[in-house]
Amino acid sequence: MTDLVQWAALAPLLALAGAFVNGLFGRSLKEPAPGIVGSVAVGAGFVLSLIAFFGVAGTGEAVRVGFGDFLTAGSFTLALGFHLDQLSVLMMLIITGVGFLIHVYSIGYMHGDPGYSRYFAQLNLFVASMLVLVMADSFVLMFVGWEGVGVCSFLLIGFWYRDLANASAGRKAFIVNRVGDVGFLLAMFLTFKVFGSLDIQTVSAMAPTMLYGSAVLTGIGLLYLLAAAGKSAQLPLHVWLPDAMAGPTPVSALIHAATMVTAGVYLIARTSAVYAVAPGALATVAWVGVLTALVAAIAAVGQTDIKRILAYSTISQVGFMIAAVGAGAYWAGIFHVLTHAFFKALLFLGAGSVIHALGGEQDVRKMGGLGRRMKVTGTTALIATLAIAGVPFLSGFFSKDAIVVATFTSGVLGGVGGEVLYALLMITAGITAFYMFRWYYLVFAGEERLERAVSDKVHESPSVMTVPLVILAVGSVLVGYLGLPAFLADNRIAAWLGHATAAGEFSHPSVATEWLLLLASVLVAFIGLALGYWVYVVGKGAMARRLGNTPLAGASRGAFGVDALYKALFVDTGSGTAEAVTLLDREVVDRGLVGLSGVVPLIGGLLRRWQSGQVRAYAFAMLLGAAGLLAAVALVGVLK
Amino acid sequence: MVGTEYYVALSAILFAVGGVGVLTRRSAIMLFLSVELMLNAANLAMVAFARSWSASGTLTALNGQTAVFIVLAVAAAEVSVGLGILVAIFRNRVSTDVDELSEVRA
Repeated sequence: MTDLVQWAALAPLLALAGAFVNGLFGRSLKEPAPGIVGSVAVGAGFVLSLIAFFGVAGTGEAVRVGFGDFLTAGSFTLALGFHLDQLSVLMMLIITGVGFLIHVYSIGYMHGDPGYSRYFAQLNLFVASMLVLVMADSFVLMFVGWEGVGVCSFLLIGFWYRDLANASAGRKAFIVNRVGDVGFLLAMFLTFKVFGSLDIQTVSAMAPTMLYGSAVLTGIGLLYLLAAAGKSAQLPLHVWLPDAMAGPTPVSALIHAATMVTAGVYLIARTSAVYAVAPGALATVAWVGVLTALVAAIAAVGQTDIKRILAYSTISQVGFMIAAVGAGAYWAGIFHVLTHAFFKALLFLGAGSVIHALGGEQDVRKMGGLGRRMKVTGTTALIATLAIAGVPFLSGFFSKDAIVVATFTSGVLGGVGGEVLYALLMITAGITAFYMFRWYYLVFAGEERLERAVSDKVHESPSVMTVPLVILAVGSVLVGYLGLPAFLADNRIAAWLGHATAAGEFSHPSVATEWLLLLASVLVAFIGLALGYWVYVVGKGAMARRLGNTPLAGASRGAFGVDALYKALFVDTGSGTAEAVTLLDREVVDRGLVGLSGVVPLIGGLLRRWQSGQVRAYAFAMLLGAAGLLAAVALVGVLK
Repeated sequence: MVGTEYYVALSAILFAVGGVGVLTRRSAIMLFLSVELMLNAANLAMVAFARSWSASGTLTALNGQTAVFIVLAVAAAEVSVGLGILVAIFRNRVSTDVDELSEVRA
């Protein structure tokens, strides 16, 4: 079986081959050939991932696929290889599975785009990089994938680069991500200094022997958190994700919802052994996650762009995941990665289907009632909405409930306000239900507010787009049953991931309390939805307008002014410094040089006086010189 | 025998007269004359010293006198070339005023 598992190492190579074919020969391929090449490359990766999954499930043991040594320096050797264990195989399934569906969807969505083959080349390159990220057995190789997905994200956000706004959004994402990348690098340096190795398994094995809670381990944890915050768009580095919506919608679904933004969660889960001995860092992780979830959820309420609402929702949901790993419930975080991959990809693809039908319209105020015209998109979007809102028996409910309960019962967070975190997450969950109701109602229900010209062209998307929607919808319902609450049934996913991550400590409240917590989750979801119904359906637009004038709504629309703050703090400071330096260069350096060049003729003019051209003057000078020399010689003679 | 110091003094006076002549006269001809005067002042000093050395018997007189001959020969060559140039200049400009000969100036 181990032999078969090793074939999974080919998955990123297949995606890479797809990227090569599309990148080099894509121009001569006729549509939809590049799309098929890209989809098949990722689909084959999914099959290999499935084989690896069953292989690892069969033996229960991790498999390492080595590629030899990457570099040797003195006593240090860096081996290159993939580590296939329960965690990485699960991530591979998400990446290739959801990735395959999104590739297929893109065949329809990108139809007729001049950059068709470039799109699939970059999307395949992304999948390859993401697979390397999750399969890597060392931090160095992980960093290769980490940077690879960053580059692909940059390329695909700025896919329609002729529009300056899109290109700027790509740059913004890349630059903000660099901040996190510096954290990753510093964390690697510190890891090597402390552990003497960059192999993740070696580090994980050594971590429990280190001094519990020591400053250096906390430092490593905080630096990896910085890296995770950059990639996963957590406070205070979350600003790039809403702008990343400039890219094609399937890209938003794959990179900025299902896979890449969860890399931070994966990173913390992967280094869980280090966090297990750095409780301070772990608590910080939880607080960052919870605050991000709350802030982004509030910001999502005020947005009017169909994709920006979902972007803030993604930040908020990833905040839930980060909160989960921060509570030590690594399985819950990854579980939410899994369920979120389904329902958020579905939401984005649904939004893409709407944008496709409306010819590029993204303002929810100019939508409405589309569920009646686009049955499949509307129905699948409803399922995803209910799943993310936390309605019972759908996937989002189970994973979100697992997270909030974990913050309540976590042994790590006990001392640092676990109950406060629980309360904040519950409030966030309520807001989530509210803004998702708003999203669904404004787009798919209620009265039609379409512009006349657009209204006639509204159509359901072709089946190449709707079939992935349906499959994702089925997943959005079913994957939740992998992680039923432990007091009710076997929690398969917790047991599965328990092999690959450190074990967190949790108090086990009575079954009655468990039921109470579960009931609270259900209640919060329905309160959120009911509030949405009250504001938008019962109160019509009037109440929403009245609420829109409150200061909180203003803050929500501007996403708490973080962008403006960063502009004032970094962008303006930067351009101010640049302008000051330009001024210095122009007024001091340039002028100084020009002034200096003015001095030269001045000196020349002075010296020219001596060159009178008159022989007698020269003769006089010679005579004086000779007399001077004689006088000097005589003087020296006398002094002696 | 007249003392060497008188010769040297005369030589210095001649040299000064020549020098003043070079500095004050404008005509190239007069410059040449003055330069000749300075050269011969030097010659006079040299033969005077040569005589003095040989009288005291420490050195043969030939060293100083040989130098004087070389100076005479070089001065003759210089005068012939210089006068040639001067004639050419005079043909062009109908003047031998050296103050007007300052065309190399920028």
